[in-house]
Amino acid sequence: MSEFDAALTTFAQESEELLISMEDALLSLESSPDDSETINSVFRAMHTIKGSSGLFGFNAIVAFTHEAESVLDKVRNGERAIDAELISVLLDSKDLTARLIEHCLTQKDAPLPPELEAASARLIKQLSGSKETGIQASEAETSKLESEGGGDISVDGSWLISLKFQSDALRNGMDPLSFIRYLQTLGEIKEIITLIPGMPDGDEMDPESCYLHFKIAFQSDASKQNIESVFEFASDDCDINILPPNSKVEEYLNLLDAQDESHVKRIGEMLVQVGALTQNDVNRALQKQNESRESDDQPGKPLGKILVEQHVVQEPVVEQALKKQEQTKQKLAAEANYIRVDATKLGQLINLVGELVISSAAMNLIVERHGLADAGDVAASMNTLVSSIRDTALELRMVQIGETFSRFRRVVRDVSNELGKTIELQISGGETELDKTVVEKINDPLMHLIRNSLDHGIESPEQRLAVGKPAEGIVQLNAYHESGHIVIQIADDGAGLNCEKIVAKAIANGLIKPDHGLSQQEIFDLIFAAGLSTKEAATNLSGRGVGMDVVKKNIEALRGTVGIDSEEGQGTTITINLPLTLAIIDGFMVGTEMDRYIIPLSMVDECIEMDPNECEIDEVQHYINLRGQVLPYLRLGDYFNSRKSDTVKRRESVVVVKSGQNKAGFVVDELHGEHQTVIKPMGKVFENLKGITGATVLGDGNVALILDVQGLIQAAIKNRTRPANFLKA
Amino acid sequence: MSIEVKQDKKGSIRLAIQDEMTIYTALQQKKLLFSHLISAKTLQIDLAGVSEIDSAGLQLLLFLKREAGHHNIKLSLIQHSQAVLDVMELLNLSKYFGDPIVISADRKSS
Repeated sequence: MSEFDAALTTFAQESEELLISMEDALLSLESSPDDSETINSVFRAMHTIKGSSGLFGFNAIVAFTHEAESVLDKVRNGERAIDAELISVLLDSKDLTARLIEHCLTQKDAPLPPELEAASARLIKQLSGSKETGIQASEAETSKLESEGGGDISVDGSWLISLKFQSDALRNGMDPLSFIRYLQTLGEIKEIITLIPGMPDGDEMDPESCYLHFKIAFQSDASKQNIESVFEFASDDCDINILPPNSKVEEYLNLLDAQDESHVKRIGEMLVQVGALTQNDVNRALQKQNESRESDDQPGKPLGKILVEQHVVQEPVVEQALKKQEQTKQKLAAEANYIRVDATKLGQLINLVGELVISSAAMNLIVERHGLADAGDVAASMNTLVSSIRDTALELRMVQIGETFSRFRRVVRDVSNELGKTIELQISGGETELDKTVVEKINDPLMHLIRNSLDHGIESPEQRLAVGKPAEGIVQLNAYHESGHIVIQIADDGAGLNCEKIVAKAIANGLIKPDHGLSQQEIFDLIFAAGLSTKEAATNLSGRGVGMDVVKKNIEALRGTVGIDSEEGQGTTITINLPLTLAIIDGFMVGTEMDRYIIPLSMVDECIEMDPNECEIDEVQHYINLRGQVLPYLRLGDYFNSRKSDTVKRRESVVVVKSGQNKAGFVVDELHGEHQTVIKPMGKVFENLKGITGATVLGDGNVALILDVQGLIQAAIKNRTRPANFLKA
Repeated sequence: MSIEVKQDKKGSIRLAIQDEMTIYTALQQKKLLFSHLISAKTLQIDLAGVSEIDSAGLQLLLFLKREAGHHNIKLSLIQHSQAVLDVMELLNLSKYFGDPIVISADRKSS
């Protein structure tokens, strides 16, 4: 039974992954409907889910996915065109499949609820009901070429060579006839047609320009490469297409089949290897692909299609190559060395690594204390190993943020449809990695922020056009690493924040007084206060004034910060700053008389001496003047201990920390330097403790507290009066 | 003069080309041949004197044949020289021009 359950869990996970990739694929099909690879991946998702559901006897899923699969099969074979309508139906199908799976997993034997039944029936109808379109054989080219020279060319067993000389060929000293004569040395010309398709009438005709095209059926045992080399000198002045004889096709197919599967090759590469194409053929086709991409701004045609259109290779050969490529991909994917690991086991490992880091620190301390010179070397090399183990262990939990990002493509699509806006989501930096636990927790805040951008940020197309913006709004999701942090930005080119509205609302809600005197940045930050929404009417998406405060709380719970920047009429950018991991950080250790504290190193800006000669200090209002900048400060000893030992004034240092835009100074007695800090979460009892986010065990067994820099900066700012007073003073 | 007018009466013209037909002569030959072509009802071109013919020359013949068709002029090529015959054979064009080709005795033996 438990084995069965385990299998079910795997099924659930796999289906979820498949459905996610299916959604991605469908969304990308909207922009490139001809991408056969993407169509295949949609097909595979449905196909695999159908297969596994069959194993578990989930007949409802099988029945439904079967329909979707057969429609996709038709699309794959080109019997049905993929259009926006079909994509939308398929997206619904994906959702329904997810619901069906959930139903089957949770209530194994219960019959299908009627609404699912109905939805399923409706979608099946939509899936099968649409029109079918046939593919058009690309025969225009061939028929165009039959004309003046007369006579059909029989191609069986012959190479079909098409030579289109360009008008400058004669002037450049080419004599097309000589190439044909030379060709005869390689084999026998079975048939030749001379064409003058581009030759103008009468006086227009320039006898020094070349208008000659030839179609040659050529029998030879030479390889394609050899035949092409006949025309090597003409290649600048002549379009040469060499189609292998049908009799060769089988040979190519066999060769393709026998190609090794150790890595995925590109289609052109494969065909060149079996000799069906020459490198020149591929280059020309690639060039054509690029040209068409540039000229109509559309994603280019698949290379295979271009090759067939250029008459350099038969369609079956290309198809076989594609099939082979697909097989190789699948085989490699199946072989890919992934191990599914229970996340808790990984967590355990990371905990242990944390302990290891601590005990290695303890060992170093002892080695140092006893001055064991030879043990020192060993300790040092172990230290190096421990830190690389630490990094590797943490990397295990690192995942790319791209997957999280691409889930929002669906959200953007659906929401923009619902709101009647056209919005494009641009994703960049999807390969940026961060801890899986962080990724999981950032999902909801991101969702909220994106919905806000879609709903409040981007205006309706009419409004946009009215202010001279393109009708299509853009929401950008960007991620990048910055000094041990990951930065995630959500930017829109919408209306931006309206300061007056925010202030008015905040005054109405009693958040601020009318004579607030807030800076623009501070006004923006009001957005994150509870109960503030400037949207006149709440929609079902956003605007109820709950959310932004929750977003801020969630992000701060991850030791992150969130900032907002906006320009009215131009757009809004929200920047989230998150630590890469929640387990181990590089810390900066400082000490007061009694205790030691850890400040996350990435937040430390600089250290200066707390000396009236160095900088102006106002002991009453708790600020220092750091090179003309007002810096509120906080005595950590006072803040945490209410230290009473007012004995001799000791030498003090100021650690300047920054969090987002804010800076503050922490006044401490000792600076201990960098320290690898394993974060131990605080128990429930200490949950509400201000200024502390965690603790760590030091090598000597003492405990150091990890400071909540963000919170402390706020405290330091509150501790002093407004900067306006300072400036007057 | 590389092109000799052998006969010109009642719109029936017979020309003899006494030169190579190559890229070097094509421009001049085209001008002359074309002007004769459109003033004639039937045009015979004697190719016996064509010592050499290349792609440009061949292209010119193809051009004349097509123009003749457009203008309803009867164009025939006669007395093909060996060089012309070789090209016609290489490109399998004799059917297109549709002129009877006299295979001379020395060609047979060669």
